[in-house]
Amino acid sequence: MKYYNKLIFEISKPGRVGYSLPQSDFGNYSLADLPQSLKRETPAELPEVSELDVVRHYTNVSNKNFGVETGFYPLGSCTMKYNPKINEEMAALPAFTSLHPRQSEESVQGALRLYYELAHALAEISGLAEFTLNPFAGAHGELTGLMLMRQYHIKRGDLKRTKVIVPDSAHGTNPASAAVCGLEIVEVPSTPEGTIDVTKLEPLLDDTIAGIMMTNPNTLGIFEKEIPQIAKLVHGCGGLLYYDGANLNPLLGRCRPGDMGFDIMHINLHKTFSTPHGGGGPGSGPVGVAAALVDYLPRPHVVKHGDRYAVEGSDDSLGSVSGFFGNFGVMMRAYAYILSLGKENLKHAGELATLNANYVKESLKDCYYLPIEGICKHEFVFDGLLDKSTGVTTLDVAKRLLDYGYHAPTIYFPLLFHQSIMIEPTETESKETLDEFIEAMRTVAREAIDDPEMVKSAPHVTPVRRLDETTAAKNPILRYKDLNY
Amino acid sequence: MYKYFPHTESDIAEMLERIGVSSLDDLYAEIPESIRFDKDYNLRKSMSEDEVRSYFKELGSLNHPLTVFAGGGAYDHYAPSVVGQLIARSEYLTAYTPYQPEISQGTLQYIFEFQSMMCELTGMECCNASMYDGATATAEAMLMAVAHAKKRNKVLVSRTLSERVIAVVETYARFHGVTLEFIPEKEGVTDKAAMEQMIEANDVAGVIVSSPNRYGIIEDYTGFADSLHAHKTLFIVYADPSALAVLKTPGEWGADIACGDGQSLGMPLNFGGPYVGYLASTHDLMRKLPGRIVGATKDVDGKRAFVLTLQAREQHIRRQKANSNICSNQSLMALYVTIYMALMGKRGMQEVNEKSYAGAHYLCDKLLATGKFSLCFDKPFLKEFAVRTTLNREQLMKHLEAKGFLAGIPVEGTNDAILFCVTEKRTREEIDNLVSLIEQEG
Repeated sequence: MKYYNKLIFEISKPGRVGYSLPQSDFGNYSLADLPQSLKRETPAELPEVSELDVVRHYTNVSNKNFGVETGFYPLGSCTMKYNPKINEEMAALPAFTSLHPRQSEESVQGALRLYYELAHALAEISGLAEFTLNPFAGAHGELTGLMLMRQYHIKRGDLKRTKVIVPDSAHGTNPASAAVCGLEIVEVPSTPEGTIDVTKLEPLLDDTIAGIMMTNPNTLGIFEKEIPQIAKLVHGCGGLLYYDGANLNPLLGRCRPGDMGFDIMHINLHKTFSTPHGGGGPGSGPVGVAAALVDYLPRPHVVKHGDRYAVEGSDDSLGSVSGFFGNFGVMMRAYAYILSLGKENLKHAGELATLNANYVKESLKDCYYLPIEGICKHEFVFDGLLDKSTGVTTLDVAKRLLDYGYHAPTIYFPLLFHQSIMIEPTETESKETLDEFIEAMRTVAREAIDDPEMVKSAPHVTPVRRLDETTAAKNPILRYKDLNY
Repeated sequence: MYKYFPHTESDIAEMLERIGVSSLDDLYAEIPESIRFDKDYNLRKSMSEDEVRSYFKELGSLNHPLTVFAGGGAYDHYAPSVVGQLIARSEYLTAYTPYQPEISQGTLQYIFEFQSMMCELTGMECCNASMYDGATATAEAMLMAVAHAKKRNKVLVSRTLSERVIAVVETYARFHGVTLEFIPEKEGVTDKAAMEQMIEANDVAGVIVSSPNRYGIIEDYTGFADSLHAHKTLFIVYADPSALAVLKTPGEWGADIACGDGQSLGMPLNFGGPYVGYLASTHDLMRKLPGRIVGATKDVDGKRAFVLTLQAREQHIRRQKANSNICSNQSLMALYVTIYMALMGKRGMQEVNEKSYAGAHYLCDKLLATGKFSLCFDKPFLKEFAVRTTLNREQLMKHLEAKGFLAGIPVEGTNDAILFCVTEKRTREEIDNLVSLIEQEG
């Protein structure tokens, strides 16, 4: 197929249109009646293209992308599982998509019921009391969760608690969310086994600690088995436990954050509950809380009275974090997924994801360096190639995998190792797919020894090759107008 | 066995053998018994595909879609058939964030196009890859102003900004420790003299206003930028991007930051989401913008290509020192509005506004002619306007809803004012029907 490299602006021709609007018959009303001082001086330079121009352009542009439906996507911490088609069909139902968010409760009972039922299904899966579905994404869920944590302390008059403990292996959003929420970050180090060092945690705990943020299994894919002890210690000092649900998938059917002692958590519906990532969103980051925090949940909050659903918000609520009800369309997909799997299948998702991860790990540890041995959960981390003598880096391995038709794993995260390669296969991949991927990883390891220059200059067969990122950052060109090629 | 799980019994056995354990339970051996979950979830049983369809149909039948004469941040504009079908392409839908640019040029290119088009509409010099929604984009604009000013911690918000947006900005401000003060309104618009007094002490990081505002009024911001810049205060304008095809742009008003919600660019109402926020700024503030930004560059063969850039600003590099915790954007929704803007183009975007303007003014005049309504403020408006009614507002709206109309939104803080909205989708017949129902009610 011919490589397509045009921007929509470059196929524009004055006089073409790609829309049709009805004739209106409202008489003599015209924008010309608005004062000139309130109108823009020159028209926005938007493209002028026909409908087929647009269709062909965005079809060709899409061909330069790689999605879960293109091929295997072992991107660690991102849970790139299959996005079922029935979810899309349900999310497109006009009985929901045509609802205005300011309609009366009576006229949106179906939508409110869906919101309520999904929130309660998530509560059951998490072992927590109640959920808000309003946060738009994982990081937004974290921020909302930390606001809940602060609101809890503030409402109790416990104003000294302004610090939050974050492990050194945490996702970058954890400390960033804490900072936006006005909390000071205290980092707790990991042990050589990759889990929180409880002996180093204990001295940090005093009456200035609002709580701790944890991911369990953590970003190394290792289950923090000291969690009952950690929960006891943190609760003992008056703090709360926040669970980053980015890694919830392997625990489906096996273990619930609420039972571990967590008070607040977020879930990424676009990870564990199969909604598409959409090239970076829209996601959805529902937040669940233990019973003691329910009154602090953000407005609007959907409740049930008898068989009617209503929108409320408690006086103690932390306030609003979204314009309306969050990414409702994403919720519809997640609920379709939960209904499809049901209780008998949902519980197997976690163990099959864990099985897949361990299978890949055990099949590759003789050519990639596995810094921490043992059973992992849904993902694991290699620290680069076992043989590093040829100078082939993790970046090179990742780029070479693109040539073999795979999306690269997550690289250089977590920060605990210099050459991290983080692999998460998810439960929707077959043994055959994994075997082929394992073979490709082994081939790259061999190539790194036989022909290191070829690996270092990879990728070779992708739509474009390695990019000049330095110039892009030094001399940013962020819009068509500034492009002078 | 389940359709999303490809594992056969023999696959599982072979894989367990490679791992060196004897059962799936062994993979969870380290989890302390006290916290294991060994029951069944208290959830529904698995539904077949048709059962899922029936269930959603049942839920859908409990909703009552209405003929929409309301806006308030969610506008019922025409959505071209092309857009929904193109964004459903799996190459777009099922991709992750474009961290591997060599196989993500599709996403990176449309974000570049999105940024370019939003710059055109807003008259700003740079725009990020999109935000969650208009309200959170405004909260981020507030955080930008505070981060930029360094030693100033106060932000002023005009009372004429939508109360929905204010509510979110207030939440972020309270937890981040930003002092928020409100500029009073005067005859439906921002009180400029009051604002000028409030910035005298040189302690205000930024001022947030909107256009059109919460009453649908197109505010005149002549002189605002000069007053604010004389006190080194940033000028932030919340604006409806659809309207910016004809209205004076934040850039033309001299704004430092523009923000708002892209829902008005042909997106379905979707019961409030997903929508798409935007955040644009001057070149000077480019490195203070939160979230993802795409830039143009070349690959090793000299081919034009696009890449996530200025990443040193972001949370995955700077962690707690980042300007924002934003990780994802609303990428697919940014694609939605990009395709919409491409289809509508220069002319279509103007026509949408021309027709919405005509319909809204037609309805307004017909309402006034009934003698039961009067304008809250006699100020220029585009597609939304606020009127007071002598009828019982709640009863009237309920009655019209029963007849299939969402007849505006109650104006918060009043007991007799309604904010109506007319887009190009509303026909003369629909408007005439609405007005005759109102006449019968009175």
